[in-house]
Amino acid sequence: MNWKDEWKWLTGLAGAFLVLFYLPVGIPRFNNAVLEGLYLAKSYAQEHVILCLLPAFFIAGAIGVFLSQNTVMKYLGADAKKVLAYGVASVSGTILAVCSCTILPLFAGIYRMGAGLGPAVAFLYSGPAINVLAIILTARILGIELGIARAVGAIVFSVVIGLIMHFVYRHERQGQDGPQMMLGGDDGMRPLWQNILYFAAMIAVLVFANWGRPQAETGFWHLVYASKWIITAASAAGLGVMLVAWFAVPVLKVVAVAAITTVFSLAFPHTPMVGFMVGVIGLSFLTSTQEGEMQEWFSGSWGFAKQIMPILFAGVLVAGFLLGRPGHEGVIPSVWVSSLVGGNSLFANFIASVAGAFMYFATLTEVPILQGLMGSGMGKGPALALLLAGPAVSLPNMLVIRSVIGTGKTVVYVTLVIVMATISGFLYGTVF
Amino acid sequence: MKKLQILGTGCAKCIKLAANTEEAAKKAGIEYEIEKVTDINQIMKYGVMMTPALAVDGKVKVVGKVLPPAEIEALIKD
Repeated sequence: MNWKDEWKWLTGLAGAFLVLFYLPVGIPRFNNAVLEGLYLAKSYAQEHVILCLLPAFFIAGAIGVFLSQNTVMKYLGADAKKVLAYGVASVSGTILAVCSCTILPLFAGIYRMGAGLGPAVAFLYSGPAINVLAIILTARILGIELGIARAVGAIVFSVVIGLIMHFVYRHERQGQDGPQMMLGGDDGMRPLWQNILYFAAMIAVLVFANWGRPQAETGFWHLVYASKWIITAASAAGLGVMLVAWFAVPVLKVVAVAAITTVFSLAFPHTPMVGFMVGVIGLSFLTSTQEGEMQEWFSGSWGFAKQIMPILFAGVLVAGFLLGRPGHEGVIPSVWVSSLVGGNSLFANFIASVAGAFMYFATLTEVPILQGLMGSGMGKGPALALLLAGPAVSLPNMLVIRSVIGTGKTVVYVTLVIVMATISGFLYGTVF
Repeated sequence: MKKLQILGTGCAKCIKLAANTEEAAKKAGIEYEIEKVTDINQIMKYGVMMTPALAVDGKVKVVGKVLPPAEIEALIKD
């Protein structure tokens, strides 16, 4: 026996045994919580995956491949105009990053080799909160209001926090002693109007496919709702034309995919998801079998799917287990949640901000967790506070930030984030 | 002996790039050594902000994307 190696097995087995031995099966609250987790996972799978997540992955992949990150980074380089740098830093998270592991190197780079502390902090704060996938999912699941509030709040406060940090440390000589920024080779860009049309078509597909039924049975919004599949199909057709015209995808292939999609859509008129899914598979076929840009687009999108879906599903199961679906209870009693973060007191907002700041949210899992919390009685203000403080900072990334800018600045930064998130949550909760 | 460095904080893409590089180096049949640079301050010293990146003998060749093995092979051969 070699105990040096065997003890891992022993602890593992003993741990599993103890968990099973004391497993609280049969206790209603536990049994119910397991069911809640499964229910929530099922509802995500049915409602959000095909129509929302899949097109969102394609959009995120396209951003990575077709929009030039280099152009953006030029505005954050050492010679950049300061005003411009703040502006660009606060919104560039949308196209630069999807997970926090890409945020941190960019942050360190902007600080060391680029525009300095202020814009770097602005980027650090807004980046994780305004990436496309996060905004889409927030708006879809937690409501369009909160989605917009999240984006706007992140942009505004990133600039404010960046400026304050810059002001506090204005006497320090700022970075810029490092090596020159290395940027990837210039990618052959197509004209701006082509990019705009192309992204507009994709976003139109996403938005109209998810168009919700309005309250009124008449009027403009209802008209949009009634014809949402026609608009979606038209946008998709437009996308197909662009693929042929600008991306050199063979006409025959596109026509074939469009024809098959149409056949399935007409064959299952009451479950539009079938047609939509066939369309997505068709697009995957078109992009993955085409050399060059198209294939990069597909593999980028597929990369996001691989990275995000497993964590999201696990996150949904756990959130459902702990907090239950909206209107139901999980393991944690709703009373606890609502007594801590219910209503819209400054205290509730503060607790939500602090919790958000220290907790680590894997990409996008903040959404189902927040859904559970809100279902258990969390107020709208504290929800926004948690969204603003949550993804931007967590204990693990505080440690990395500290290694880049030092302890003092990190403490100031985290404090600012918590204070700002508390205030903005409070204001939002008061207004809405 | 070629020194192949993978610069990245350890995200999925960095692991993929490391795997592709290893495959390419084996195929190219060169003598090589792979080093993973995960400390963010070290990565900054190379001037790299978009991870993952690949450096050959200390020179950064690829920034911010995962190249397929075939393309890496071309980069490290000469």
